[in-house]
Amino acid sequence: MGGLSRMSTEQTEQQEAVSIPPTGIRMIAREFKKDKLAMFSLTVLIFILLFAFIGAMILDQDVVTKINILDRFARPGDSSMTGHKYLLGTDEGGRDIFGLLVFGARNSIFIGFSITIITSIIGVFVGLIAGYYGGIIDSIIMRIVDFIMILPIMLIIIVLVTIVPRYNALTLVWIMSAFYWVGKARLFRAKTLSESRRDYISASKTLGSSNFKIIFRELLPNVSSLIITNLTMNFAANIGIETSLTFLGFGLPSKTPSLGTLTAYANNSETLANRPWTWVPAALLILVLMLSINYVGQALRRSSDARQRLG
Amino acid sequence: MIPQVIILSLLIFVLAKMMPGDPFTGLIDPSTDPARLEELRQAAGFYDPWYIQYFRWMNNALHGDFGISYMYKYEVTTVIGQRIGNTVRLSVISVILTYALAIPLGLYAGRYQNSWFDKAVVVYNFISFAIPTFVLALLMVYIFGFKLGWFPTSGSVSINAVPGTFGYFMSQLYHVILPAIVQALLGTAVTIQYLRSEVIDAKQMDYVRTARSKGVPTGKIFHRHIFRNASLPIASTLGYEITGLVAGSVMIEQIFSYPGIGNLFISSINQRDYSVITALILLFGLATLIGTLLSDIIMSIVDPRIRVQ
Repeated sequence: MGGLSRMSTEQTEQQEAVSIPPTGIRMIAREFKKDKLAMFSLTVLIFILLFAFIGAMILDQDVVTKINILDRFARPGDSSMTGHKYLLGTDEGGRDIFGLLVFGARNSIFIGFSITIITSIIGVFVGLIAGYYGGIIDSIIMRIVDFIMILPIMLIIIVLVTIVPRYNALTLVWIMSAFYWVGKARLFRAKTLSESRRDYISASKTLGSSNFKIIFRELLPNVSSLIITNLTMNFAANIGIETSLTFLGFGLPSKTPSLGTLTAYANNSETLANRPWTWVPAALLILVLMLSINYVGQALRRSSDARQRLG
Repeated sequence: MIPQVIILSLLIFVLAKMMPGDPFTGLIDPSTDPARLEELRQAAGFYDPWYIQYFRWMNNALHGDFGISYMYKYEVTTVIGQRIGNTVRLSVISVILTYALAIPLGLYAGRYQNSWFDKAVVVYNFISFAIPTFVLALLMVYIFGFKLGWFPTSGSVSINAVPGTFGYFMSQLYHVILPAIVQALLGTAVTIQYLRSEVIDAKQMDYVRTARSKGVPTGKIFHRHIFRNASLPIASTLGYEITGLVAGSVMIEQIFSYPGIGNLFISSINQRDYSVITALILLFGLATLIGTLLSDIIMSIVDPRIRVQ
């Protein structure tokens, strides 16, 4: 379904580029040109992504995560025994905070992204099916969705994390995805419901198009702008959830660097009060990441809504 | 709501069954004979079919019996009972602060749209929406707790305070205020957003134009006419607000070392105290359900149109 959705999005972009009012990519570009802060957020976001992914390629994870007890809690700017200078200091195990930040950011971004993609595929698909077919299928699906929505999801995830055997990062992605698709399903069901009452759908039905074709070639392109904006906002939310869980000790295993594990140093009140260099950079990086992704998301949302557009 | 409670309890029962160990692992000292342990398990119905076990568990739960906490060696209800008051106090103060902050901000931002005040509110709203709970809580506890020393950084009451006195009450308030502020700052986003856009929309409405043309003072139009109408969505979110607070308490209480049920949940998980965990999930789940129900009830009180006859 992923390939299909990408194909149809590309097609719409082509179609939209031909049509008279500028939509799609060009509309988004215009929105970003008009809104300097959105442009700035996008630049910051790209910079963080480059920092995380290129940094992770250059640095050696084994060297960074190696415990070096002699350099325990080195202050920022201190030099190690071997003359290596620690830009942001070290943690309890004498590991370089800067290096951990690079790998942590990469892991958090990657996990947030994976969850966003998985939940989007499930959510959009379920939403389209429920909204398009309606009736009994819709009622059954929405009953399930409504039920999952009222669950204390975070607590259940914490319990699952503690009882799943051979637990790793991938398990976390699946556990989180299993619960967080429901919000999307609800959103896309509502959108599909209003969309499938439009004339072009009835026309297509009258012409005898198959349901499959109507859903994926006609409905999907028309909800694609919502998919893109929702994807962006959700990406930020998922990074937030992963780092929160990891901070509490129920996300990534403590050996895997994540922005959450780095912030979790603050769970020790001694470290929280007196060694801020261990956790403040990660906390600030999360904050900047959240703000920039959300701002970019808002600009995207505006560009897809003619009434709110700046450009 | 009843079917939801039943499915919720079934789900929790399944989770409880998936957890390693059984109710006797913690109760009995290691020197107990394995054969005797087996007898005890038989007697307690450990090998009964799952539905019999489920009904027994449900029946006990309905009578307020969730078993014994392995960590504290007390009844689970006692352990939770000791802490729930702290969480309720924190939540109530958070809700009050949330609305005390959100209603004026949303109302005035909408009234003076595009003024500097409105822009500041929009920026504040954006940040409070984007920032994760634990990041804000950590920064607040670091700045106001440790660096400035204005607020206590752990506990729910000073150890020197004598229960029952006014000083005790003040000490409790003093301990709750910083976590409550953090929760309130995070909770305002939705309400401000709603209120602001409702007020902006309402300015164009016929009833506002009518009020204006018959000479109602502008202040009164906003405080009376518009606020009444704009408060509908806020009233409906009150229940969800409570739900969010209960879930958010896990994070906040952990960071502020505040002895409430959120904190208890995390420590029970770490100690594998399963009887407490199941009881707490059931409690949180019920709180969510009640929050949703409350929203519907409040909605029907403030909006006569949707009242069920």
